Amino acid sequence: MGEMEELRKEADNLKDQITEARKVVQDTTLQEAVAGTTLVGRVQLKTRKTLRGHLAKIYAMHWGTDTKLCVSASQDGKLIVWDTLTTNKVNAIPLKSSWVMTCAYAPSGNMVACGGLDNMCSIYNLKGKDGNVKVMRELAAHTGYLSCCRFLSDSEIITSSGDCTCILWDIETGTEKTIFAGHLGDCMSLAVSPDFKMFISGACDFTAKLWDIREATCRQTFSGHESDINAIGFFPNGNAVITGSDDATCKLYDLRADQELITYQDSGIMCGVTSLAPSLSGRLLLAGYDDFNVNIWDMLKAERVGVLAGHDNRVSCIGVSSDGMACCTGSWDSFLKIWN
Amino acid sequence: MSSKMPSSNNVTQARRTVQQLKIEASIERIKVSKASADLMHYCGEHAKYDPLLMGIPASENPFKDKKPCAIL
Repeated sequence: MGEMEELRKEADNLKDQITEARKVVQDTTLQEAVAGTTLVGRVQLKTRKTLRGHLAKIYAMHWGTDTKLCVSASQDGKLIVWDTLTTNKVNAIPLKSSWVMTCAYAPSGNMVACGGLDNMCSIYNLKGKDGNVKVMRELAAHTGYLSCCRFLSDSEIITSSGDCTCILWDIETGTEKTIFAGHLGDCMSLAVSPDFKMFISGACDFTAKLWDIREATCRQTFSGHESDINAIGFFPNGNAVITGSDDATCKLYDLRADQELITYQDSGIMCGVTSLAPSLSGRLLLAGYDDFNVNIWDMLKAERVGVLAGHDNRVSCIGVSSDGMACCTGSWDSFLKIWN
Repeated sequence: MSSKMPSSNNVTQARRTVQQLKIEASIERIKVSKASADLMHYCGEHAKYDPLLMGIPASENPFKDKKPCAIL
């Protein structure tokens, strides 16, 4: 087993090199850098709308790019497209499998996707000729549950799975273009960079990975969390990544410095983070927790500046509309709430 | 932490791990001071356009229900 031993040593050496290289550029900390910055004032958002209609736990929601429509997925076996201004249901799509864990709205507004314990990603065409919403494609190849999906366009979608991989699909042909393997635990969440060139994944191996979509490679791996990463998102300029974990913390990792900059934690928070979304400027981080609340953090100062308390069960999903005007939360209490 | 990688080809897996670590070790890194400054700058530049941060006047809030006024 000479080669295994050598490879193990080489791996350890490389890991040490990476740790060293990260230390070399650590000439300060974000905490020190923002010492002179004033903390954001208390943020108090009110529930403006409650979207009622689901009959069971809501597991996921995603805003459309038009900033008024959003899609939600519930284990009542339905995807509902909502007009958040009027609270009307634009579409109520019955699913073949009610064990849905994720949903996504295509940037064009033409399609939605969902998936879950059926291990598949189902694509629905919202703009069919006869007005009926039908399954357009069923993307099947994952050998584990579908935890998250995000459209790149009407022809490509990226999925993350409990089988530890992420896949880039060609929706037209229904086939896998690229398989992104490397995580050592279930992939729980993914987010696409603002320029659509990269995506990040968070997994049950406690790491987040940055992937180059076209080169099909993993560029960077970020550690530090002490439990599963459930939620992940990009800072609005695409240069940093935010993660939320079962270890009750969120972390900010800078991509160009290749390291963690700060941790969002509080001794009073002892439950897992389920979901997160930055505000438009990136200054606020809204994170949903298992204790039914959303905590609002000053992303630079890493202090809590607000709480959204309004759900009667776990907040499972959260999203900020693309114009930053509103935050939507979805919960196991079967309701979605719009806040601003 | 669960590992679902097949254990049958350990050497191949170990080679892949080393290969991946080489990629990750070779990237260019910028200083944390620069990374921090850029984040702060971005936040500063965009703060005034961030409705959740700045607050939204009732008249401009499409989500706020407009209550009708009754003249008694």
